[in-house]
Amino acid sequence: MSTASEYRKREESITMSAEPAGQSRSHELLTLNIGPHHPATHGVLRLIATLEGEIVRDIRPVIGYVHTGIEKTAEDKSYWKVIPVIERMDYVSYYFNAMAYCGAVETLLGIEVPPRAQYLRVLHLELNRIVSHLIWLGTSALDLGAMSMFWYCFRERETILDLFEMSSGARMHTRYFQVGGVIEDIPPGFAAKVAAFCKEMPTRADQYADLLEKNEILLSRLRGTCPLDEETLLSLGVTGPLLRASGNPWDLRKAHPYSSYDHFDFKIPVGTEGDNYDRFRVRHAELYESTKIIEQALAGLPEGPHIVTDRKVALPPRHELATSMEALIHHFKLVTEGFRVPPGECYYPIESARGELGCFVRADGSAKPARVHMRDPSFVNLQATAPMVKDSYIADLIATLAMIDPILGGVDR
Amino acid sequence: MPDATGLELIAQELRTAAADSILDTSFHRGRAELRIEPSSNREVLAHLRAKGYRSLASLHGVDYEPEEPRLGVIYEMLDMVNVDRISVKARVSIAEPKIASVVDMFPTADFQEREVYDMFGVEFEGHPDLRRILMPEDYEGFPQRRDFPVGGEPVLFTFNEEQNYGKFV
Repeated sequence: MSTASEYRKREESITMSAEPAGQSRSHELLTLNIGPHHPATHGVLRLIATLEGEIVRDIRPVIGYVHTGIEKTAEDKSYWKVIPVIERMDYVSYYFNAMAYCGAVETLLGIEVPPRAQYLRVLHLELNRIVSHLIWLGTSALDLGAMSMFWYCFRERETILDLFEMSSGARMHTRYFQVGGVIEDIPPGFAAKVAAFCKEMPTRADQYADLLEKNEILLSRLRGTCPLDEETLLSLGVTGPLLRASGNPWDLRKAHPYSSYDHFDFKIPVGTEGDNYDRFRVRHAELYESTKIIEQALAGLPEGPHIVTDRKVALPPRHELATSMEALIHHFKLVTEGFRVPPGECYYPIESARGELGCFVRADGSAKPARVHMRDPSFVNLQATAPMVKDSYIADLIATLAMIDPILGGVDR
Repeated sequence: MPDATGLELIAQELRTAAADSILDTSFHRGRAELRIEPSSNREVLAHLRAKGYRSLASLHGVDYEPEEPRLGVIYEMLDMVNVDRISVKARVSIAEPKIASVVDMFPTADFQEREVYDMFGVEFEGHPDLRRILMPEDYEGFPQRRDFPVGGEPVLFTFNEEQNYGKFV
């Protein structure tokens, strides 16, 4: 018997039935370690897969490789100094981390953020959502063998990072959001550049669709692979585009608007099947919706201060320091000790690019938070990997992992 | 969020349904919180689920040093239909940090209970696979407790692995 025919014979034993792993005597199970360093795991994620031939029977994610103790570090810093470390949790969507944290602290302080700051926040959040989705689209296409998508997506990402640099001075981890508003008003010329980007982005998204939508290989890799029903997703606490792909239109921007999201007209893309193709389509459609929100935020940008005028919380403007003694004292107090937050607890959920990002802050009356916890959507969504990929091919596991879009910095914190 | 009155109504219902389950209620800056007896956590969550708070949005731990009982386990319940949230807090002591697991009721609690165990040392009785999740398996101590020092941990190299793996000075 030749090797090839022997292989065919063995292949006959492989069934797609949902037989529990290790229960049968006739099938041999193989445990395969994927990662922690593997290009398809999108970070330092390790997967222990139990395979039967090419079929995944069970999978266990092992995490913690980039655990840096940011929640612990945050307890040792004054409130405004926590923002830079918290931004490094989910390192792809830093504005969302800052938004959840600042929102929680503002709730505890009882601050009303000025409308201009709220609009500027929305503008940057949605730009960040596009960045996050572009990174997802580029790297996912790379996982599926489409190299060129990566360059196209990173070209548009670069445009947005230049915008971030313009408004805040940094491309990533900008520390632009502050407790009470944003650190600086947008510079002259920024609005025009954002408008130009908004004009271009839908065309670019159309081009991505043209490249991918009619690609036979991509479609057969995504269509009908690894679906999961709404009920299971809800019980696993999955939120964001993954839940919306199964047809549930849960989005905190609509359901429980924060930072004046209720002022904008946008739609929530939902899927029907909940398979990988729907996950892809939902995120792709969100690129258009985010662009629409940015356009509206820019058009309706209200006049007024970009940060609260309460000098006990927000730094005084630079020019006042030279002329006003009070401003100097406030500046000194804020920079050295920071502001104090009355005792209390707050859980502030927002819709990040991956789902519900909730920040829990406990204040004990001092100038440092007593506890900062991030309910990171990547961490919770990762639990859905095993039910999604059970009894499917290992190649679909790679595609599904790309579509789950976990950011390991957010998973491990 | 239920308003202050709504919270009291829920608490009253729970007091009738499960005696001695509610220790206290608080309503602070729009956040409704039930403080419960740790032994009745499953009962309370089951009751809230029947009332419409069907999702467990988040589960996390807090250390209330120097208050006693020190450790807190917080369940953030979410009603997706009426868009309503309520927090349930159970406090356990450091001497006996034990509470019943809710993984069978809310599968989403799996990773999150493991994280609370990892960081605070709260043991969830009935959890199918209670192991450390973020810290190394053989790590000693619970790093998110308030009396655990920041820093002072020797960097791990191959040559000193045997002596100080996971121990802080």
